[in-house]
Amino acid sequence: MAPFTHYILVCGGTACESSKSDKIYKNLLNECERQACKQSTQIVKTGCFGFCEQGPIVKVLPEESFYVHVQPEDAAEIIAEHIIKGREVSRLLYDKSKSKLRAKIEDIDFYQKQFRVVLRNCGVINPEDINEYIARDGYAGLERALFELSPDQVIEELKSSGLRGRGGAGFPTWLKWNFTKQVENDQKYVVCNADEGDPGAYMDRSTLEGDPHSILEAMTIGGYTVGADYGYIYIRAEYPLAIRRLKIAMQQAREYGLLGENILGSGFNFDIEIRLGAGAFVCGEETALIRSIEGERGMPIPRPPFPATHGVFGQPTVLNNVETWANIPVILQKGGSWFAQIGTTDSKGTKVFALTGKIRNSGLVEVPMGTTLREIVYDIGGGIAHGRAFKAVQTGGPSGGVITKELIDTPIDYVHLQELGSIMGSGGMIVMDEDVCMVDIAKFYLGFIVDESCGKCAPCRVGGRTLYNILDRITKGEGTLEDIDKIKSIGHAMQKASLCGLGQTAPNPVLSTLKYFPDEYKAHIKDHRCPSGKCKSLISYHILADKCIGCGLCARRCPVNAISGDIRQLHSIDHEKCIKCGECYHVCKFDAVYIR
Amino acid sequence: MNKMTLEELRALRAEQKTKLSRRSVRNTDVEVIVGMGTCGIAAGAKDTLDAFIRELDENGIKNVRVTQTGCMGLCYVEPTVEVVVPGMPDVIYGRVNPEVVGKIVRKHIMNKTLVNDHIYDRPAADIVNEGRTN
Repeated sequence: MAPFTHYILVCGGTACESSKSDKIYKNLLNECERQACKQSTQIVKTGCFGFCEQGPIVKVLPEESFYVHVQPEDAAEIIAEHIIKGREVSRLLYDKSKSKLRAKIEDIDFYQKQFRVVLRNCGVINPEDINEYIARDGYAGLERALFELSPDQVIEELKSSGLRGRGGAGFPTWLKWNFTKQVENDQKYVVCNADEGDPGAYMDRSTLEGDPHSILEAMTIGGYTVGADYGYIYIRAEYPLAIRRLKIAMQQAREYGLLGENILGSGFNFDIEIRLGAGAFVCGEETALIRSIEGERGMPIPRPPFPATHGVFGQPTVLNNVETWANIPVILQKGGSWFAQIGTTDSKGTKVFALTGKIRNSGLVEVPMGTTLREIVYDIGGGIAHGRAFKAVQTGGPSGGVITKELIDTPIDYVHLQELGSIMGSGGMIVMDEDVCMVDIAKFYLGFIVDESCGKCAPCRVGGRTLYNILDRITKGEGTLEDIDKIKSIGHAMQKASLCGLGQTAPNPVLSTLKYFPDEYKAHIKDHRCPSGKCKSLISYHILADKCIGCGLCARRCPVNAISGDIRQLHSIDHEKCIKCGECYHVCKFDAVYIR
Repeated sequence: MNKMTLEELRALRAEQKTKLSRRSVRNTDVEVIVGMGTCGIAAGAKDTLDAFIRELDENGIKNVRVTQTGCMGLCYVEPTVEVVVPGMPDVIYGRVNPEVVGKIVRKHIMNKTLVNDHIYDRPAADIVNEGRTN
């Protein structure tokens, strides 16, 4: 059969479907039939384009014409004009001014909201094939560093790029490298921190799995710049696929002479070793990580001296996290000034976020710094799942805080997040809807900290446990108003007195939820009520007499036989037996079960 | 392979660039790229990959290269697969289970028609396309 000349893609996402995209699809099919172009045109329904605000969306290939707000009546015109006569229907184009030039998908601002630098090869190349990495300008940054630039010039390039550490604190990368470079020492090291442990974060994992060579190239550039000939990748053993692909990549790079002695004939030697971590969260802290590489127990030590001068085995060490490293080859290849065009005044480049939680399109998202939370949640993420209302976003994992509905238009960069009492962190972004209890969330993160604290310093060890106990009491309805002051004073003490970043930032989730959702804490304490219906001790399930039709479904599904009632009669719940699992609430088709 | 010099690396890059742009390696002109990050594998990407190989084999199709890649960023519709057929637009399919694999092989690869309800758009602009900044 003859190949098609046109493909019409109709968005079949939930949002477009609800604004009649199905009708558009059917009309297009009918029109195609009527206007006799069925042989040359295929019409398909697609998944969500993620651009729901402008829906329903119809895209015509190969022209890539992007039609928005399409109505079922427009079908005839699209077929008659575009398919038959080859003229775009300009009134339906997203960017009408560009109709003659054809508004390509990449020209639309929405699609520019995502911009891949770190994830440039992720999902594009085969990570187990070095040739594909090389084809995508891989090792071109290393080439430029080794043969065209002196170490000082590499530092200058980094300085002009404005790159700051992506691991959390946002320290300027060039400064860090410069400290190590300036130390006179025979042995220096570079280290990649791949100990990603925040609940809900998987950016580094995906980068390593999808583009392992970028890290090897970057570390080699780092070694050349600071004068190190050996590097360690510290990665948690829970990432077996990332480890396997790193090993394959290292093997291939050695075969090609891109790792090892006399790299590309430049006379520079560099090699890398993988060290596996046992999954302790505290080992993401740089001094604890260094102890762990040395074979010691992973516990932080006081700084200064900083790892830049006294790192692995006491030698000067440059330590960056995966995402920071992944930026380096691009900066070297395209130049610092190119990189500095992206982002805001203080925060350059992009940031990768793992968008998870109650969001419609969860996924890995890479946006320029300064993108607002609203753009990430609604434009890229497609909004909140199941039609619920947005409540807050948690950034930075157990070290970060919440950003509320009122602050959703804040640009995401280092400065603004810090002002809000959160941090960039590694980039986990957990979206929460109205069903999430903020006290419960704070308790969850503190529970995590209590488990993961190394126990070396008292503020973290004792403070974390005490805070957890207080929150536990509040969620059981046994809290007092003095508890709120106690939370604040313990939290501030932990921030000031803890030895490492883990303890210093551990109170952030509780302090920020307390700051933005004080009423929720008060409802738990004063009214013994959980507004979101999450804290089991404070809720009970009941059946509405006027809605229950006596179908008996809840009684059959109740795991503890707490529901009784004759068929077609009102059922009731025995609160002595009820374990508040919520099964009856979810299975009832008549909304007869409610939470009080 | 012996260790490379700078010139060899540059030559290799030029060669591989052409290959990647044509996506034609070893007399194959069609490429199926399966997203095999942890997110993909957790959603069954290995079954998808196996199904492709099986389906292609059963249908006696020889001009298709099946490769893997990392996360495409569309974690909510994993497993994801990109299908590159000359003369057709490059397409990313989502929620590709073995049943959908059959459809893709029969419809897209053999009959050059797109498969309904499983197409998703590339999530981000690509910096390697020359000269693009924000």
